[in-house]
Formats: sequence, structure tokens, C-alpha cells
Amino acid sequence: MAKHNNYKEKIIHGLFFLNGLLVIIVLIGIFVLLVTKSLPAFKEIRFSEFLFKANWNPTATFVAPSYGIGSMLVSTLLVSIGALAIAIPLGIGAAAYLSDVASQRVREIAKPVIEILAGIPSVVIGFLGIVLVGPVIAKIFHIPNGLNALNGSILLAVMALPTIISLSEDALNSVPKSFQDASLALGATHWQTLVRVKIPAALSGIIAASMLGMGRAIGETMTVLMATGCAIAMPTSFLQSVQTMTATIAIELGEVPYNTTHYYALFGIGLVLFIITFIVNMISDIVLNKYQRVLK
Amino acid sequence: MKARKLKEIVGFNILRLCVGIVIAILIVILYDITSKGIGVISWKFLTAMPKNGMTEGGILPAIVGTILVTVITALLSIPLGMGCAIYLNEYARDNKITRLIRMSIRNLSGVPSIVYGLFGVILFVQMMNLGTCILSAGFTLGLMTLPWTITASEEALKNVPNSYREGALALGATKWQAIKTNVLPYAIPGMLTGTILGLSRAAGETAPILFTGAAFFLPFLPKSLSSQFMALPYHLYIMSTQHHAVSKVRPIAYGTALVLIALVFIMNLCAVMVRYRLRKIKME
Repeated sequence: MAKHNNYKEKIIHGLFFLNGLLVIIVLIGIFVLLVTKSLPAFKEIRFSEFLFKANWNPTATFVAPSYGIGSMLVSTLLVSIGALAIAIPLGIGAAAYLSDVASQRVREIAKPVIEILAGIPSVVIGFLGIVLVGPVIAKIFHIPNGLNALNGSILLAVMALPTIISLSEDALNSVPKSFQDASLALGATHWQTLVRVKIPAALSGIIAASMLGMGRAIGETMTVLMATGCAIAMPTSFLQSVQTMTATIAIELGEVPYNTTHYYALFGIGLVLFIITFIVNMISDIVLNKYQRVLK
Repeated sequence: MKARKLKEIVGFNILRLCVGIVIAILIVILYDITSKGIGVISWKFLTAMPKNGMTEGGILPAIVGTILVTVITALLSIPLGMGCAIYLNEYARDNKITRLIRMSIRNLSGVPSIVYGLFGVILFVQMMNLGTCILSAGFTLGLMTLPWTITASEEALKNVPNSYREGALALGATKWQAIKTNVLPYAIPGMLTGTILGLSRAAGETAPILFTGAAFFLPFLPKSLSSQFMALPYHLYIMSTQHHAVSKVRPIAYGTALVLIALVFIMNLCAVMVRYRLRKIKME
């Protein structure tokens, strides 16, 4: 009986272990499939040309089709950096208020607000970019339509805010109380303690939170697809319509015939996206790990 | 001394403003969608097929499609996610493979949704030959929600005190018996709560279903899991950007947005209720 049980236990353990391995397989699977599907494209396109030339025109009929994603790469970075420029100060400010100043009641209101904000589908945010943010931008800057990089940045900022706020708040809350007590005992005000002691002590946690927000912004599809105007051109200002890498995949994959160079090139864009977000997430991970070790 | 105090007051008020802006953003979003969408909502809107090139009629196929896809997502994501969490929290030692698994989970949760869409097209639509359909879309979303399910489930398992496991083991139970009788019953409410929250996010996702099964316009309900389907988020995208008379169908778009947000809220509410009810049962 005991032996039988032992046998059964081992099988159960093994099954759970395989289940655990599954996530590694999925991650590697995504990478391998993206590479194999984009390799045929790089037989025809030089990788450096693909990455740095801004001449995406896969459906050209009279001239040879060209596949440089430079303008989309810049557009993605421009919109994401714009989003972070809005979301980071706002998010850190809100997090600092919630962790250090707010009364219990304000905290109880703010927590569900942030959760609900995080739960609003990206397509709804994109829709509001068209019907709400776009007209306001058009009016302020006297331009015919407000579907541009700035619109995308504002929307992505809204989407990145919940991540940045809740993770920054965690970082601020995990600063040891002795730091704060020491500062106050030396005669510093609460404000001085917050700005010169707590925020610097929580800085790597805040940086990690911002990097995660950046990863989200770079990979977001629907909002930028709907609100940035979708015009492939090297962006020169925030008021110009742009088309990000994610938007290009979303628009073109549905229309392109399977197994053409254009099709493979779209998977190439997917691969570039995967690698960029992977690196951003890794940096966030490393920063956070170091920080947790220091605090211990 | 006074300058320092003044600085503090100004500083705190700036921070207060930040929180105020965040709350205001949510209010504006909810107010705009609700005030302009509520007029469209009627029993007919919820239960009729779209008509006249989607300029009239209801959104029933989109509601049904989204619910069906979410069920498939749950069927894939819940068992696999919980299994992985049980392995990590109950069985795994702190070794290289465990760290690799954890790293993979963190990275999977950062993979852009459109990349999951690409992965779904190759794996489910082409390699497994499922075609563009509810199953392909549901599986794709299932993989996408996997890291969220795992993280939430592991959190719930961590909250079960170690003494529960030790008590069972001391009485001669095997490891799996201890998990089955003394850990899972207490962890499942938390696991379900986190999982349903993840599913509600999946229900609102558009990018992964763009190429794996969502259809522009189908004036009938899906016949089987291998048919294409309409989905609320995709329908909203179509109605606000791709439709030939975008400004004419704007009210329908607002109505769709409101129904989508309501669906997400209802799922969140369910999650909270599951937690509350199961906790009460446990207390008794």
C-alpha cells in the first residue's frame, strides 16, 4: 500500500513539474516561431536595412517593394516616451501622496479607482482617443484632426498609470520605517523626508515600475492603432500622425497573403517587438532584484 | 522655518493634484461612455442581430462570441495556471529550473498582446489546423492570461499557513493528500478571484483575436467552436474606425463600449463575490 502510494506521488509530482516547464516552453516557443517565420524575409531583406531604413512599402507595384521599419520604430519610441513623460511624474506624485500623505479614507477610494482604471479595455481607451481626446487636441493646436502621436501618448499614459502607481507605492511602502524616523528626528519636515529620503531610497523600485510601464506602452496595439492616425512617415513632431510597429502588424497581417515576403516581414516586426519588450522587462527585473537585495 | 512649512504645503498639494487627476481621468472615461451609451441600450440592442450593414439592430452575436471565447480561455488558463502555481509553491525547490520558470512567467506577462496574436496564428490556426475560430482565439487568450493566473494562484497558495500542511503530513498523509485536503480548499477562493480578474482583462482584449477568429460581421450566432465569431472589443474597433459610415454608427459604438465595460465590471464583481462567499463558508 505504502509503495503504491509512493508511486502515485511520484507521478503527481512529475505531472506538476511538466506543468511548470510549460511556461518555459511557451516563452521559447514564441521566440522560435517568430524567428522561423521571419527568417525567410531576411533572405531577401538585409537586417540592417530592415531595422534602420524608413522606406516601408511592401505593396509597391512599379518599383521594387521595400521593407525598412525605421519610421515605425521611431514612432513607437516617440509615442512611448511621450506617454512616460506624462505618466511617470503623475504616477510617482500619486503614489507618494497615497503612501505618505493620504488619509485612510482617500486611500480606500483611490485603490479601487486605480484597479478599475487598469481594467478598462484598451479598445475603449482607443475609442475615447477618437471621440474625446482627438477633438480637444485639434481645437487647442488648430489642426484639422487630433489623431496623432500626442493623442497616442496621452492614452498610453492613462494605460501605464495604474502599473506605475501601484508598483511605485509598493516601493515607497517598503522603505524601512527607521529611515523616515531618523529623518524626522533630525528635524526634517515630512516633505523633506519624502523627497530627500524616501523617494531616493525607493528609486530603483520606482525605476523598475517605470520600465514595466514602458514595456506595456511599447507593446500596446489597439489604442495606438485607433488614435495615432496611422500614417507611415518618419515623425518630426508630436502633432504628426504616426504608425507604430504594433499598428502595422494589426493593419497589414489581415490583408497580406500567407507566406509572402511581406507576410514574413510582419513576423519580423513581431520579433523586433518581442526582443525590445524582453530587454525592457529584463532591465526592470534586474533593477528590482538588486534593490530588494539592498533593502534586505 | 516658515519657508519650509510653506514648501511642504505646496508640495503636498501638488501630490494631491496628481491623485485628483487620476481620479478625474476615470470619472471622465466612465461618464462619457455611460452618458452617451445608455440611450442606445435596450432589450432589443442586447438581443438582436446587427442589421443593414451594422447601422441598425443589436449586438447579440458580439456578446455571445465574447462570452464563448472567454469560456475557452478559462478552460485552458485555469487548470494549467493553477497546476503551475501548485508546482512552484508546493513542490519546487529553489534551483536553476525554478528560477528559469519564474523568469519565464515574468517575461510572458510582458510579451505584447499582438505578439500572442502572431503566435496564435502560427500555432493554432496554421500548425494545429484549427483555422480562424473560437477555439484558436480562446487558446491564444488562454496562453496570454497564463502568467496572470499563475501569479494570482501562487499568491493564494502562499497565504495558506504552513501549519496546515504540516498537520496533514504529521498524521501520515502523503504530500498530494496534504495539498488536496489541507491546502487547496483554503487557496481556491483566492485563486479564483485572481483568475477571474485576469479573464475579465482577456475578454476586453482585441489584438490577439484580430487574426485568430474574430469576424467583421456575422448576422447569426456561432454554430460551433470551430466557427468564426463577432466579439465586443473587435466590434467596437470596427464601429469606430472601419465602418463605412463611422459618424452614423457612433451611438452603436458607444453602446458597445458601455456593454463591454459593464461585462468587465460584472466579472470583477463576480471575483469579489467569490472571494467573499467562499471565505464565509471557510469561516463556518
